[in-house]
Amino acid sequence: MNPWQNTNSAADQMHEMLEHDILVIGGGAAGLRAAIAAVQTNPRLNVAIVSKVYPMRSHTVSAEGGAAAVIKSNDSLEEHINDTITGSDWLADQDVVEAFVREAPDELLQLEHWGCPWSREPDGSIAVRPFGGMTIERTWFAADKVGFHLLHTLFQTSLKFESLTRYDEWFATKLLVENGRCQGVSAIELRTGEVRLLLAKAVILCTGGAGRIYPFTTNGAIKTGDGMAMAYRAGVPLKDMEFVQYHPTGLPGTGILITEAARGEGGILVNKDGYRYLQDYGMGPPDPWPRLRAMELGPRDKISQAFVHEMRKGRTIAGPYGDVVHLDVRHLGETKIDTKIPFVRELAHRYAGIDPVHEPIPVRPVVHYMMGGVHTDINGATPIAGLYAAGESACVSINGANRLGSNSLTECLVFGARAGRHAAAFAAHHRSLDRAALAAQARDEAKRVAGLDGTDGGTERIAMLRTEMTRAMEEGTGIYRDEGSLSKACDVLRTLRDRFARIRLDDRTRSFNTELIAALELECMLDVAEAVAHSALARTESRGSHQRTDHPKRDDARFLKHTLAYSTDGAPRIDYLDVVITRWPPAERVYGR
Amino acid sequence: MAEPTIALEIFRYHPEQGEAPSFRRYEIPYREDWVVLDGINYIKDQIDGTLAYRWSCRMGVCGSCGMMINGTPRLSCAAFLREYFPNPVRVEPLAHFPVERDLVIVMDDFMHKLREVKPWLIRGQETPLSEGEYRQTPAEVDEYKQYSMCINCMLCYAACPVYGLEPRFLGPAAIALAQRYNLDSRDEGRRERQEVLNTEEGIWDCTLVGECTTACPVHVDPAGSIQRAKVTATVDWYKDVLLPWGKR
Amino acid sequence: MGEAVSRPYRRTMPATWWLTNRAYFLFMVRELTSVFIAIYLVLLLVLISKVAAGREAYEAYLTFLGTPAVLAFHVLALAAALYHSITWFNLAPKGLVVRVRERRVPDAIIAGSNYLAWIAVSALLWWVVL
Repeated sequence: MNPWQNTNSAADQMHEMLEHDILVIGGGAAGLRAAIAAVQTNPRLNVAIVSKVYPMRSHTVSAEGGAAAVIKSNDSLEEHINDTITGSDWLADQDVVEAFVREAPDELLQLEHWGCPWSREPDGSIAVRPFGGMTIERTWFAADKVGFHLLHTLFQTSLKFESLTRYDEWFATKLLVENGRCQGVSAIELRTGEVRLLLAKAVILCTGGAGRIYPFTTNGAIKTGDGMAMAYRAGVPLKDMEFVQYHPTGLPGTGILITEAARGEGGILVNKDGYRYLQDYGMGPPDPWPRLRAMELGPRDKISQAFVHEMRKGRTIAGPYGDVVHLDVRHLGETKIDTKIPFVRELAHRYAGIDPVHEPIPVRPVVHYMMGGVHTDINGATPIAGLYAAGESACVSINGANRLGSNSLTECLVFGARAGRHAAAFAAHHRSLDRAALAAQARDEAKRVAGLDGTDGGTERIAMLRTEMTRAMEEGTGIYRDEGSLSKACDVLRTLRDRFARIRLDDRTRSFNTELIAALELECMLDVAEAVAHSALARTESRGSHQRTDHPKRDDARFLKHTLAYSTDGAPRIDYLDVVITRWPPAERVYGR
Repeated sequence: MAEPTIALEIFRYHPEQGEAPSFRRYEIPYREDWVVLDGINYIKDQIDGTLAYRWSCRMGVCGSCGMMINGTPRLSCAAFLREYFPNPVRVEPLAHFPVERDLVIVMDDFMHKLREVKPWLIRGQETPLSEGEYRQTPAEVDEYKQYSMCINCMLCYAACPVYGLEPRFLGPAAIALAQRYNLDSRDEGRRERQEVLNTEEGIWDCTLVGECTTACPVHVDPAGSIQRAKVTATVDWYKDVLLPWGKR
Repeated sequence: MGEAVSRPYRRTMPATWWLTNRAYFLFMVRELTSVFIAIYLVLLLVLISKVAAGREAYEAYLTFLGTPAVLAFHVLALAAALYHSITWFNLAPKGLVVRVRERRVPDAIIAGSNYLAWIAVSALLWWVVL
């Protein structure tokens, strides 16, 4: 008998239009929260999640340390707002931060009511841990797999809503805008390779960040800025893209994240002499210790920048994958390590070959998060009617020039829910669809995708272009930038875009063609990378994570503004938008004192 | 000296090319700190762009990259080439699942089963958020925590011969997930889930081979969860038979 | 590009699946021990019927039981019973989770108490019989 029996399935290959009230693109924390909020707002709405991976594979799963919200009696909303604004170097919109901090506790409690296994105090109440840049302990956690638990709780909860449809492993390629309204997307069904038309009265982008435009990142392979690029091409500006967060503690080589919770629980950073070098960079004095908002619990931008200075002074430790410093948690002891940060121990052991109970962990700064993203208002609405965005793919602007650790998971929930509710209201009042025009758009998009394989004489290999792009980004738009490095990155990206037009794919089949997906992802990354480089070139000041060696000072007179990058046929057009300042006027950013 | 290399023998199947699957051998550079996934990525980028597989986080938490590696179900991001060098490494799609293409399996059945067990908190009465969190002591969290760690990688299904022989079997991860909610002090849905669990295709198909627990990369111990579910179901049965007047 | 198709391959398990992996093999051995135990029980039931049938039949049966082949079978059946019992007791902690003062009782204690109970019951039988 032939052990490889063949069966026919998925017989229906009809080209019908699939229609829903709301499409959520992306199945991570923001997407799932948005979808649930939409069906709860209006149970009659037919909501669908379109995701290029099964939702539980979304990169939310890799978040480790925690989610911030005020719950303890020693804390206050005012303090969380203040920390977030200071952390943002005053580039966050203050009305948005207020809404965020106010809605955060209920969102995390909602997760608790849905079953999230938050770590607890002995009396059964929620436990919190300290985190960088926060004045008071307010980071909720579930050991050090918080993103994992949050994502799985949301996903499992989403399964109980009958009116929620999922298109798992469908890759959205284009937003369909007609008559000034976003009315759907075209997407590739990976299994069959077919380009399908999905119609909706409102679309919510929750597609995550784009860490993969850099060679050394904590981000998983799927973080390729697809939603940012789709919105950008549709005419929505990308906001504050020059602000790229480097997490101070990634494993050398792989870039695997070692959570900030390691420092929250008491871990220290030392250089080759065993010296806690952060005290030399405005985050000390080291004692008394531990102390919040000081030393190892400073903000990520400043700690990553301190690493560069230590390296230039020759005080870091040379390793096979570049220089490192040591994250030392030995003094916490085995029991605390195993209860509070077991995943750190597991990752360090597997991927760095050391046991943190007995040895310090080698770490270096690694690209982690995009503060920038699709420009939205406080409700997640973009300038295109019917198009919303939330999570890392969006820039609603609570993070400004530097995000505080543990604010982003909460952001996914607060603004995912807001976008879901507002999209539900929009979808209820805009029922008409321009079906014929949308179908024509989708047909054109299908042709474009089919033409990508390079049968007409392409020569460029996508892996090569990707490598050159990530190298250009690392060299030109790293922790410290200047006009020369940025201009060069812009030039390289421009030539890569030209070369992308001449790619050649090995795979010219349809079923599960991951090479075609990789090509489309690369195209998205090139758009996002250009927006980052040009936004950074235009901002001739230093603020938060954007440090210009040729313009080392913050310049509020000229740049207390959001950058808006618009797509054009040539280089992005850069414009600016005032930051919303309400009660917290810009001041000096002080840590350690 | 020439750089050392290692051979990966990879299962290839393409639905459009009609032929039976075959193995293709790729010679790749050997690096001590490479995992099998790094090797596969090298092939995809440098040698053969047509190879299809799933991956993302490369740190053992997204659950995408499960494969049979030399016959054992493993996460390819956690299986190091050095464990096999200098011998060749044979890479196949997860056993017991239909193969979509190359190393990509069809996971519809698994996704369906996850939903079957109602993996969400079920309560008779929802308490409003304004009353704060449901209290749960650290010991009560510990009661179900282990079963909440499942990353849905499906290695346990590939390790389970019962699932291979009887695809209707609910399977290790789905039962462990049901237990995760059953043992959660905030949950009141055990009786509802019992309708799916306490059946032939539920817990009673399990013959306790125990390989699901061996295969699990995050130490969920699905085999243990199934045995505990059997004990609970048996106790329920005795209670119903011996104390039919008792309150369920 | 070719036709859009999805035509998954289904692999079937070969009849020799349990020979492909040590754990599967040991599992099958454990399942097969039941055959020996079943045969042993049949022999025991016959013994009881022979007792009822009278002294002559009983002694003839004892002689049969004393033949080398039957003795060898009993040795095998004992081994099978021991293998099954030991693996079973070792698995007991999987199904039985006991907590004392919020701490989970270690697996070794759960398995150990099973062994202790086994020894106690065996000793009791020994005392009754002899």
